[in-house]
Amino acid sequence: MSIIPNILFAIILIAGIGYFAKNVKKLIRNINLGRDVDVSDNTSQRWKNMARIALGQSKMVHRPIAGFLHIIVYVGFVIINIEVLEIIIDGLFGTLRIFSGLGVVYGCLIGAFEILASLVFVAVIIFWIRRNVIKLQRFWKPEMKGWPKNDGNIILYFEMVLMTLFLVMNATDVHFQAMNSGNVISQFIAPLFSGLSEGTLHIIERAAWWIHIIGILTFLNYLYFSKHLHILLAFPNTYYGSVKPKGELDNLEAVTKEVMMMMDPNADPFAPPAENESGEEEVAKFGASDVQDLNWVQLLNAYTCTECGRCTSECPANQTGKKLSPRKIMMDTRDRLEEVGKNIDANNGVFNDDGKQLFGDYITNEELWACTSCNACVEACPVSINPLSIIIDMRRYLVMEQSAAPVELNNMMTNIENNGAPWPYNQMDRLNWKDE
Amino acid sequence: MSELLKVPTMAEYMAQGKQPDVLFWVGCAGSFDDRAKKITKAFVKLLNKAHVDFAVLGTEESCTGDPAKRAGNEFLFQMQAVTNIEVLNAYEVKKIVTACPHCFNTIKNEYPELGGNYEVMHHTQFLKSLLDEGKLTIEGGKFKGKRITFHDPCYLGRANNVYEAPRDLIKKLDAELVEMKNCKSKGLCCGAGGAQMFKDAEKGDKEVNVARTEQAIEVKPDIIAAGCPFCNTMMTDGVKAKDKEADVEVMDIAELIANAQDL
Ligand code: SF4
Ligand code: SF4
Repeated sequence: MSIIPNILFAIILIAGIGYFAKNVKKLIRNINLGRDVDVSDNTSQRWKNMARIALGQSKMVHRPIAGFLHIIVYVGFVIINIEVLEIIIDGLFGTLRIFSGLGVVYGCLIGAFEILASLVFVAVIIFWIRRNVIKLQRFWKPEMKGWPKNDGNIILYFEMVLMTLFLVMNATDVHFQAMNSGNVISQFIAPLFSGLSEGTLHIIERAAWWIHIIGILTFLNYLYFSKHLHILLAFPNTYYGSVKPKGELDNLEAVTKEVMMMMDPNADPFAPPAENESGEEEVAKFGASDVQDLNWVQLLNAYTCTECGRCTSECPANQTGKKLSPRKIMMDTRDRLEEVGKNIDANNGVFNDDGKQLFGDYITNEELWACTSCNACVEACPVSINPLSIIIDMRRYLVMEQSAAPVELNNMMTNIENNGAPWPYNQMDRLNWKDE
Repeated sequence: MSELLKVPTMAEYMAQGKQPDVLFWVGCAGSFDDRAKKITKAFVKLLNKAHVDFAVLGTEESCTGDPAKRAGNEFLFQMQAVTNIEVLNAYEVKKIVTACPHCFNTIKNEYPELGGNYEVMHHTQFLKSLLDEGKLTIEGGKFKGKRITFHDPCYLGRANNVYEAPRDLIKKLDAELVEMKNCKSKGLCCGAGGAQMFKDAEKGDKEVNVARTEQAIEVKPDIIAAGCPFCNTMMTDGVKAKDKEADVEVMDIAELIANAQDL
């Protein structure tokens, strides 16, 4: 027996995993471009969130049809991957169905895989119909043109092909069919190939086997470029997601320092600003105009976004025709982060100012000022993403760095400063209601 | 009737060397907005009736800073917060009740990190506890058979997971509580949050408050119950926009209960 196939397999496997690892490194580097944020608190609550939301898919079932179908695909995906282990061992050592020695257990396993594969196939077809025939509104928003739209469909085609290959591979495996254990679905596909000689069948079986494993490796490498990255990142993302009440916005520490100084009667107003180790003046930038100003959890959020649009479909601004779409906020953040990452790659590891930024080139004023901070997007997200936090950070930049709030809001803020209320009433009149 | 309101201030308490059980944080809307002032008074009537030992800050109260923070002005927010916290801490305030979910959220969640630690309750939670303790009783009757739908304020519901206290109170009124298609954690915003109250909406094809009011009208209520002065304004405007003022009333939970008592 020739060992060429084994060597070929090993090369493909190493190349596939190697390229994936390279992109994972890039992913981690890009996420680390974000500001640091302390997420070391509440570890047990965080583990629970991850188990419940990512592993248990608890948020998905809020939309029962999509949720149910998604669970099928998810469970199918996870379990069928046990089969990949067998494929890898067979491929490397030239064995044939190494686990088949398990007998009945093997039959049960493969039987379960076959059933799951068929269910996944059906679910994926329904997903495709929802996207392309029923045209569910949330998949047809302006930000879902071009790549995002194709991406959604490509994934579905991938799944269809992989599941078909898996079933065909089993159906054309003469020995496996002869075992007649576990071929619950493939026995009905086998007759399709009944006229063929054993040699031809073997070729089909081998072809299906090879394309299947190459398909899986391709899929793995496709993830980095796709919204499908969520199958991996949903886990860390739900772990690092907020454990505070949704209404709580973070207090900017840099601002606290300045406010405390201003309020402290003993502080020397002419004291030089604090210096960092390198002796440079530390100028804290308030808020975010670009991805590097966001914290790394927000950047992880962007890579995790599944582009499902649950956030956007619940958003009151979007529902009433405003330009704001929380999904677009996440997609823009990811696109810009990728752009910055590529810039760094092209310039030997340092970012070369490209005259662009997240604010203005991706996200506009009009979007930012349409938000009511209602948290509907945060509540709706099945993977604990917080689009609102990015909107607020960008507003902070506009107001504190650019003094670019809408006029009416400037009036409101002047009133608060002068009268302690957002309207032009005198603070001394605050208790007048009592006697009115 | 209003001359019967007892509204002591913290300063008065201090002068007598006393400490009230709870501080009533009135908020800007509750102090200045004509519609919201009625809610404030209804709530005070209930506090008086239940003989709650409370006080207000009066002229020493200032905006919590919520609209400034949500508009992105963290400076102004923290200045307001630190000033308020100084006043509250000087009076050694332990417990705060407010009829505004925005004040509730800010003081409860965002003040602790700046040195303000208090037990904070929304007025619906507080009223519920008064009922549970038997300090206040509700005789139904007046609202018997009325259909009431509750609009969840974002800053009470999603923001802080308080969904049941206001509903429990409505049920006590012997009224029929009807839910809108978007309720509780899926409640639709009234459109006022995030400082939108103070500006015109961005370009779109509809106002958020009208969309929400339509959802409310769908369930044919006699009363839309609110738990936030801003939601109250938005829903009232929505009802006007839909020409339904003759059929539907917008009322705060505190007003419902005060009315049931004929206060
Ligand atoms: S918080 Fe802002 S972006 Fe999110 S749903 Fe509400 S209005 Fe839309
Ligand atoms: S942010 Fe969450 S809800 Fe919105 S599209 Fe992304 S994954 Fe879906």
